[in-house]
Amino acid sequence: MNWVRAAQANTSAIERRCATLPGRRSVKKEHQAAWLLKAITMIDLTTLAGDDTPGRVRRLCAKAAHPVRPEIMDALGVEEVTTGAVCVYHDMIPAAVDTLKHMGVTLPIAAVSTGFPAGLSPYHLRVEEIRESVRAGATEIDIVISRQHVLTGNWQALYDEMRDFRDACGEAHVKAILATGELGSLRNVARASLVCMMAGADFIKTSTGKESVNATLPVSLVMIRAIRDYYEATGYRVGYKPAGGIAKAKDALTYLALIKEELGDDWLTPELFRFGASSLLGDIERQLEHHVTGHYSATYRHPMG
Amino acid sequence: MTVKEIFETMEYGPAPESAKEAKDWIAEHNGQFGLYIDGKMTVVGDTFDSKNPATGDVLAKVTQATSDDVDAAVSAARKAQRKWAGLSGHERAKYLYALARLVQKHSRLFAVLETLDNGKPIRESRDIDIPLVARHFYYHAGMAQLQDAELPDREALGVCGQIIPWNFPLLMLAWKIAPAIAMGNTVVLKPAEYTSLTALLFAQICDEAGLPKGVVNIVTGDGRVGEAIVTHEDIDKIAFTGSTEVGRVIRRETAGSGKSLTLELGGKSPYIVFDDADLDSAVEGLVDAIWFNQGQVCCAGSRLIVQEGIADRFYAKLRARMDKLRMGDPLDKSIDVGAVVDPVQHAQITKLVDAGAGDGELYQAPCPLPTSGCFYPPTLITGLSSASMLMQEEIFGPVLVATTFRTPSEAIEIANNTRYGLAATVWSENVNLTLDIAPKLAAGVVWVNGTNMFDAAAGFGGVRESGFGREGGWEGLQAYTKPRGKSQSLKPITAYAAPKEAKVDALDRTAKFYIGGKQARPDGGYSKAVWSKQGDLLGHVGVANRKDIRNAVEAAHAATGWARTTGHLRAQILYYIGENLSARAGEFADRLNTMTGGRSGAKEVDAAVSRLFTYAAWADKYDGAAKPVPMRGVALAMNEPAGVIGAFCPDAVPLLGLVSLMAPAIAMGNRVVLAASEPFPLAATDFYQVLDTSDVPAGVVNIVTGSHAELAAPLSGHLGVDAVWTQSGADISAIVEAESAGNLKRTWVNNAQTRDWLGAGGEGREFLTHATEVKTIWVPYGE
Repeated sequence: MNWVRAAQANTSAIERRCATLPGRRSVKKEHQAAWLLKAITMIDLTTLAGDDTPGRVRRLCAKAAHPVRPEIMDALGVEEVTTGAVCVYHDMIPAAVDTLKHMGVTLPIAAVSTGFPAGLSPYHLRVEEIRESVRAGATEIDIVISRQHVLTGNWQALYDEMRDFRDACGEAHVKAILATGELGSLRNVARASLVCMMAGADFIKTSTGKESVNATLPVSLVMIRAIRDYYEATGYRVGYKPAGGIAKAKDALTYLALIKEELGDDWLTPELFRFGASSLLGDIERQLEHHVTGHYSATYRHPMG
Repeated sequence: MTVKEIFETMEYGPAPESAKEAKDWIAEHNGQFGLYIDGKMTVVGDTFDSKNPATGDVLAKVTQATSDDVDAAVSAARKAQRKWAGLSGHERAKYLYALARLVQKHSRLFAVLETLDNGKPIRESRDIDIPLVARHFYYHAGMAQLQDAELPDREALGVCGQIIPWNFPLLMLAWKIAPAIAMGNTVVLKPAEYTSLTALLFAQICDEAGLPKGVVNIVTGDGRVGEAIVTHEDIDKIAFTGSTEVGRVIRRETAGSGKSLTLELGGKSPYIVFDDADLDSAVEGLVDAIWFNQGQVCCAGSRLIVQEGIADRFYAKLRARMDKLRMGDPLDKSIDVGAVVDPVQHAQITKLVDAGAGDGELYQAPCPLPTSGCFYPPTLITGLSSASMLMQEEIFGPVLVATTFRTPSEAIEIANNTRYGLAATVWSENVNLTLDIAPKLAAGVVWVNGTNMFDAAAGFGGVRESGFGREGGWEGLQAYTKPRGKSQSLKPITAYAAPKEAKVDALDRTAKFYIGGKQARPDGGYSKAVWSKQGDLLGHVGVANRKDIRNAVEAAHAATGWARTTGHLRAQILYYIGENLSARAGEFADRLNTMTGGRSGAKEVDAAVSRLFTYAAWADKYDGAAKPVPMRGVALAMNEPAGVIGAFCPDAVPLLGLVSLMAPAIAMGNRVVLAASEPFPLAATDFYQVLDTSDVPAGVVNIVTGSHAELAAPLSGHLGVDAVWTQSGADISAIVEAESAGNLKRTWVNNAQTRDWLGAGGEGREFLTHATEVKTIWVPYGE
């Protein structure tokens, strides 16, 4: 815990690094196309709305399995890719399992859990929710932490909670959602990141997408530097998932450059990096078509998810 | 590479910025350029090549100006100056505004041309240099606008000769030209010979802005052109940015010429990292500190001083960061480190590193170097100590040297263990610590938790051998204006000679020096009689020599605590001196009358008491400022004492003159060594009794007597003196300025002109300006 308490994050300096990064790294032409394809493989294609239905989830899964029009993939000279996963509420897991099975596609199914998004339902129900989701076929569980533990500096409680969630996940991967927009400071983000990793999180994730501020570059920088420190201290590679607000292909490139610069190429894989996004894919598709045809594209030319 | 392959490797690939428009612009001029004089480009003369350091290709041929060309430029500037200064501030503001707009309109052309010519990454010229150039013209458009209302007592200097370096070619041009022309000066500017092209493009936009001819003149060429400017008789001011070595030469060459001078010179700026810092951010700061512009930055944080307990971890993080740096074609948008400016510079960096790296452990970034062009890899040398050559010498390349410290006070000691004093950086999350350290660092600029932050509103410039004068902010205007009004030549005053028949009092009176709070006999054992007009022997005074100066300076250094006292305390002591002087007013008035043979002694004593009150009043009122720089944070401009000031007091008003120099100096926290009025020294020696009874700490004021002409060299040449003033009746301005070059102390000389000591000219802000250095402390904040 001394390590946790000693963690620092200087907001102004972190913002400066993030503000200058897009000007320091520029990816063009074939490289841009390849990077955007890579980004697709890292998307947790997500629907987390109150009006989700099995039909809506089937459409999402179909898009996740075939994210880009085949003639564009042909022109790029690359075999078909899939998104990194689909991400749904617990009730939609069966629909996702069935659809993917029916399509013959193996794709991780991520379920948000533990009283998502606020994480304030009865504790035993939160733990039980994880177990239910795993039983229903989710291979990845996105848990939300209790923000109160961070805001009151109760790092031991946060650690214990994360351990319980980790244990409940069993074989499933666990992503810890910090809800960074509600943690008050970047220093708290750094400290909460370390605690969750110590307690066994496979991924740390910025936000539920439901807070007023979701993934930002400064928050990402703090979290991936914590991941780097944790790796240097323990040898364990923990993954990173920014979620919410990443909608443009250019943003995705900036995130990938940030990962490449701060964590290195080892992290440029769906095993260690995901975007939590719903509309990002559409923009990437348009950019890829532009790369192939030399002309700017239109939304309706690409199948909806 | 195919998309499929890149998908696996995730390489960045090339992202080149096109050089086409910039090369087209050069081609429009047939690849050769004349000079910009009197609003026209001259015919091309003898030329030299301007090369792209990244490739070695010749970009253009640029004219080597002759001394006739410099004469023509100066006379064009002279002709234009009166009318330019005569315009209203608003009229001049409109021109500066147009220049700012034009820089923005041509921003990419300027950026690409700068990168081609200098070798710096396009990211830097595009995102840093050119936006700062535009900002500087905008800011100073505002200064021109406000000049009439805010600076009614100051006026333009006249014609300014400006010589700028190659590391920020257009930015340094902006820093020089914008404040100069805003205040009504006209300029003759010489860009560095490696990097003339953006200055020539700037000449073109001066035309587009409709700037009156002769206001800006640009002459290109090597050091001979600089020399012609520096020694030109019709230039009123020299502003130079460049090496300390050349700065020293310029100081000597301009000595006694009456020219104003500002110098922005080299540095070896410390970069201090405490163990509670955000280490990753501090590492990233070093990228901006020493690998910005290939480390060819006068204020580069080139001396890493890191707390011992975290040093290994910090170095490991730093090496890992270095591994990620990308080096190569400066026009590539994903390049961090470009080419150094010229093979000569490359050889210099190589030579220094080869000579000094053996003292420590060398690490160089493993980034592949381009096979041709002038590239030097980012380099870190750890395990050095202050005694290592590389910790002391400026390398001016992408080379960081490092050592460790144990305590905050040791960090300050190591940081200040240098002849330079340009900038410093401090990293810690503890606001108590950072705000305690910042004022203690010998530097003109301190950055807290950040580095290399610049803005037109914040003063930039150094102390010690990093030069003098500030650029930016209100303080920067001091360098391009002078107090209004005409002065007259001083008439020398000689002491009354010994009469044929001496009239001697029975009781011997022996005045001594006042050094370190004690009376001291002259080291040389020589004394001189002081006679009244009527031939009375008034007493003897010691004749000081260089050892007495040495002793006085040593005593002044021992009194450093004075700088840390509060303004309130210094005010109390100055009032007390006034009170005690007033109590002996009659005696001092008699002394003055007898000594000078005049009748205004009482008036002079009254004025001296009033003057002491003036600076007692100022002691806690010479406020600093919080500059509105464009970031979340604050840039504090703090007025700090210059240090140890040596001053030659006016001859004519022996008491008031001494008080007029002493009081502003000590009010601001300086310690002084005063050379008393040479013909009439006894008022000064009487005065030390007043000091003795007024709680002035020992060493704060030291008084010697003797020949100003003989003391000028030892006092001005003393490397432990931070500033020298002369208001002496002896014409020693040239000696003072020339001798000051040793440690580039700041000087304030009278050039044998009078001053109205009894009137308003004898006191005020002008004195306080000379008694202080503005330190800009940048404190970005945010949780």
